[in-house]
Amino acid sequence: MSRITVEEVRELAVLARLALSEQEIARMTGDLDAILDYVDAMRELDTTGVEPMTHAVPFDCPLRADQVAPSLPVDEALANAPRREANFFQVPRIVPGPAGGGGEEDL
Amino acid sequence: MIEARGASLTSIVDGVRAGSFGAREVTEQFLDRIGRLDGALGCYLKVDAEGARRRADVVDAARKAGRDPGPLAGAPLGIKDIFCTKGVETTCASKILRGFVPPYESTVTARLEAAGAVSLGKLNMDEFAMGSSTENSAFKPTRNPWSPAHVPGGSSGGSAAAVAASLCAGATGTDTGGSIRQPASLCGIVGMKPTYGRVSRYGVIAFASSLDHPGPFGRTVEDAAALLEVMAGVDPLDATSIPAAVGAYRKAARAGREGGTPLAGLRLGMPTEYFQPGMDPEIEGGVRAAIDELGRAGAKIVPVSLPHTKYAIATYYLVCTAEASSNLARYDGVKYGQRAQNVKSLEELYTKTRGEGFGAEPKRRIMLGAYVLRAGYYEAYYGKALRARRKIADDFTAAFAQCDAIVTPTSPTPAFKLGEKTTDPLQMYLADIFTVAADLAGIPALSLPCGFSKAGLPIGLQVIGPTLGEEICFRVGGAYEARTDWHQRLPPEVA
Amino acid sequence: MAIAGGAGPSQGPGKTDWEVVIGLEVHVQLATRSKIFSWSSAAFGAEPNASTDPVCLGMPGTLPVLNRSAVESAVRLGMAAGCNIRTRCRFARKHYFYPDLPKGFQISQFDEPICEGGAIKFRLKGEARAIRLTRIHMEEDAGKNLHAAAGVSFVDLNRAGVPLCEIVSEPDVRSAEEAAEYVRAVRTLVRYLGIGDGNMEEGSLRCDANVSLRPRGTEKFGTKTEIKNMNSFKNVRDAIEHEIKRQATLLDRGERVVQETRLWDAARGVTQAMRSKEQAHDYRYFPEPDLPPLVVTELEQIALRASLPELPEDRFARYTGQGGLSAQDAGVLVADRETAAYFDATVAAGAPAKRAANWVINEVLAQVDDPRALGEADCPVPPAALAELCRLVEDGTLSGKLGKDVFGKMWSERRTAQEIVAAEGLAQVSDGGALEEACRRVVAAHPEEAARFKATPKLMGFFVGAVMKETGGKGNPKAVNEILRKLLG
Ligand SMILES: [Mg+2]
Ligand SMILES: [Zn+2]
Repeated sequence: MSRITVEEVRELAVLARLALSEQEIARMTGDLDAILDYVDAMRELDTTGVEPMTHAVPFDCPLRADQVAPSLPVDEALANAPRREANFFQVPRIVPGPAGGGGEEDL
Repeated sequence: MIEARGASLTSIVDGVRAGSFGAREVTEQFLDRIGRLDGALGCYLKVDAEGARRRADVVDAARKAGRDPGPLAGAPLGIKDIFCTKGVETTCASKILRGFVPPYESTVTARLEAAGAVSLGKLNMDEFAMGSSTENSAFKPTRNPWSPAHVPGGSSGGSAAAVAASLCAGATGTDTGGSIRQPASLCGIVGMKPTYGRVSRYGVIAFASSLDHPGPFGRTVEDAAALLEVMAGVDPLDATSIPAAVGAYRKAARAGREGGTPLAGLRLGMPTEYFQPGMDPEIEGGVRAAIDELGRAGAKIVPVSLPHTKYAIATYYLVCTAEASSNLARYDGVKYGQRAQNVKSLEELYTKTRGEGFGAEPKRRIMLGAYVLRAGYYEAYYGKALRARRKIADDFTAAFAQCDAIVTPTSPTPAFKLGEKTTDPLQMYLADIFTVAADLAGIPALSLPCGFSKAGLPIGLQVIGPTLGEEICFRVGGAYEARTDWHQRLPPEVA
Repeated sequence: MAIAGGAGPSQGPGKTDWEVVIGLEVHVQLATRSKIFSWSSAAFGAEPNASTDPVCLGMPGTLPVLNRSAVESAVRLGMAAGCNIRTRCRFARKHYFYPDLPKGFQISQFDEPICEGGAIKFRLKGEARAIRLTRIHMEEDAGKNLHAAAGVSFVDLNRAGVPLCEIVSEPDVRSAEEAAEYVRAVRTLVRYLGIGDGNMEEGSLRCDANVSLRPRGTEKFGTKTEIKNMNSFKNVRDAIEHEIKRQATLLDRGERVVQETRLWDAARGVTQAMRSKEQAHDYRYFPEPDLPPLVVTELEQIALRASLPELPEDRFARYTGQGGLSAQDAGVLVADRETAAYFDATVAAGAPAKRAANWVINEVLAQVDDPRALGEADCPVPPAALAELCRLVEDGTLSGKLGKDVFGKMWSERRTAQEIVAAEGLAQVSDGGALEEACRRVVAAHPEEAARFKATPKLMGFFVGAVMKETGGKGNPKAVNEILRKLLG
């Protein structure tokens, strides 16, 4: 029985923003299917009442004093940008989406 | 003048500190070796000769001026290319990060340099530390110094191979599912994965955040201990670094060498689940013989059980892919690294940059990780894995009630051939079968050489300790090393 | 169509009486010095990308470390809103791809937010309202996208990593006006606590609204739309008002509301569906592995609770109770912490509460664009100076009218009332002798009018006016009245 379909793999690729060739999609479907089949053996393990382990060594979150230290100089912040324009990172024109944090402005 | 080939890191440091030879001299020797020998091995992605000479001169100047040149004075190190180094390209062996020059330094490399260590350059690895053979490097494979047809293991394959071939005296690595211990085992050297949070992850490019453990490689147990002593410690830049004092690791490694029965009073657990019918007979033979030797050193060998071992690989792949899919979301062609050309829209910028920039294994893990975190699947996969992880960790807690350390093989087989497992990701994943559990539990584990196969490939012994039990691992490892000479054997030189 | 917020009447037969259901998500920027997870400045207004560090840029290998001050602000906000504060909470990653989100995920809180429950209290047309809260959680802000004309956009990451509290309400809001008042009440609270400036125009306070309609009397929620991009109280009211009408029109026609995100276009006065392909989200939340669980102990909570100022609703109760103020005056005074503090200081300096309230509301507030100016050290008329002015009016030294003139001079010339009165000889003449002298002169000068006074008492106005003219406006009207009555009677 197949655990994941080509269509699901295509959907995932959209979600993960990966352009995959048809060949890659086909191979990916097979690979993920085999891996999911393997991990399915975990279903037999009874984990009721077990607290999820999110951190290996448990201690409380340390807190940082609210102090400002020097920012990166603008040129260093932008030095690695594949495309820089003035003091901005440049990207193809954004069509604002619902997920944005409301920081949209027209120039 | 010291002979670089086969020299231990601690012997070099002792010589530099005593003024027997200069850090610059040592550095030149290692740079010369890299120049002659690395073409065949492919350990280095980038040799920073100029930086190395500059750092060596600083050490020599300090010593000449009567200042303490540091506990690692002149130690020639290779740095896995997962550690960000200010001003030096850091790629994580991925095309997507080609050209990335960090404007910051990882805490580990900063501490090493402050201690007088001399970084020679950046070492090859599996792309984003995903793999067990270093064949997933986007740039080149690394070969096992013991046999160029074989892999050095991975993901820190460049680190292990470089130390084995004396192209550096010590190296840094990261271990997420076995990526320090498995290559150490396959290359016949010492690799230490400390407790999770014992070494800061700041500036270490994240693969699976809750599982990533930076740690050292050395030719000897004491070398690894000396490096860890400097690398370890709480870091205000890493909220998961443990606020506890650093142990006396070097002293612990030496303690194992003292007297006829240095391990008297210690109980060493042999987990039945790690010695199953069907295991590689050469591995079993080598490891059982090593455990017998530990018994002769005074340790009491007791059987223990880690009943959830069989779920470890599945648990590991669910946890690490989920975290990896998240950690690799930042590579989008906007702020750093590579960007696809001729894109017409933002969507295309993302999908093409990521489609072109990531290799097959990161893509697979990003996809699997996105899958197991999806709203309808989270509980069945990721949630389930976090619970299974707890049970695996609880196994160790229970076992450590009956023993002080656990001894197992590091790798189920000696080094395999290049290309042997690249077509079947699951087979590659199973190379980590003896190492992943300690990552899931976050407990320290040391790998050290304990023999060779008939084909002349190294076999490794794993010593697992309880949380913050690094010293016990070093003590056991030191005792075994003192009674054997595996660590003194050197791979052939292939120019 | 018939839409009713609150207790609106049902309309004619055949028309559904729609009940408005609104839930609000308000993002408040916390005015910490540094960012929530890293050390660069969180201050607004730096040059593009000049206020960043490797962590907030999402550079490889960097890690978040939580800012103590951000945690304290969130806890104090939760306490002020009567929330339950978790002694143990945790962070989670929320994933989506967007250029202003450097890591491809936002560090937020998901299943274990720092505050749960509680309510935002305010008055709407004199009626007390309490909008229940689902939660308040901490998260990091995203950067800003600027859209240029030439097919490209620019990204400024200065704002990335500025600490936010997201306040999520229950769907308790019943009208656009109530929504706007709710947001105003949140701002008041934020400003009282001093944890943020709550400036909607600059985006330090942002509001998203989930709006749906259902037939009045039914339980089941209708399909909601999410409205974004409302950057003033007026926008909140207008956008929601518009959306309510749009939905009612659709439903009245028998059409369906589509669940979607809509942007308010203030210039055109309409909400518009976003053109994004990705309407359905899968944020793939999971616990943030880089941050251990956050623990705020009982002891720390006690200390933070002790640091809370007197809150707007408590002040309101005090003003309307022992202060004897009207609900309307009290409402104006408590709306801003600085106004209330100014008022309290004026009363403390000796001014009677009601008179002080009148002065503050009618004169002082008229002088400032933003009441927060009253909190500044160089306020032209400090509370003690206003109290002195009140006393001069109270004891008859100044008439009410003159008092207002003097106040204007005090504000513009930064002089005290006494100085102005002395320098300009403005003190009312209440001195019997001088006033009586003036009154006698006036009466003597107008014998005809004096003779008619008994039959025509309203001539009093004429005489008072004449005396005032004689005294240059400085006669105390009450005293003048009395003397004239005696002379003419
Ligand atoms: Mg929200
Ligand atoms: Zn939010």
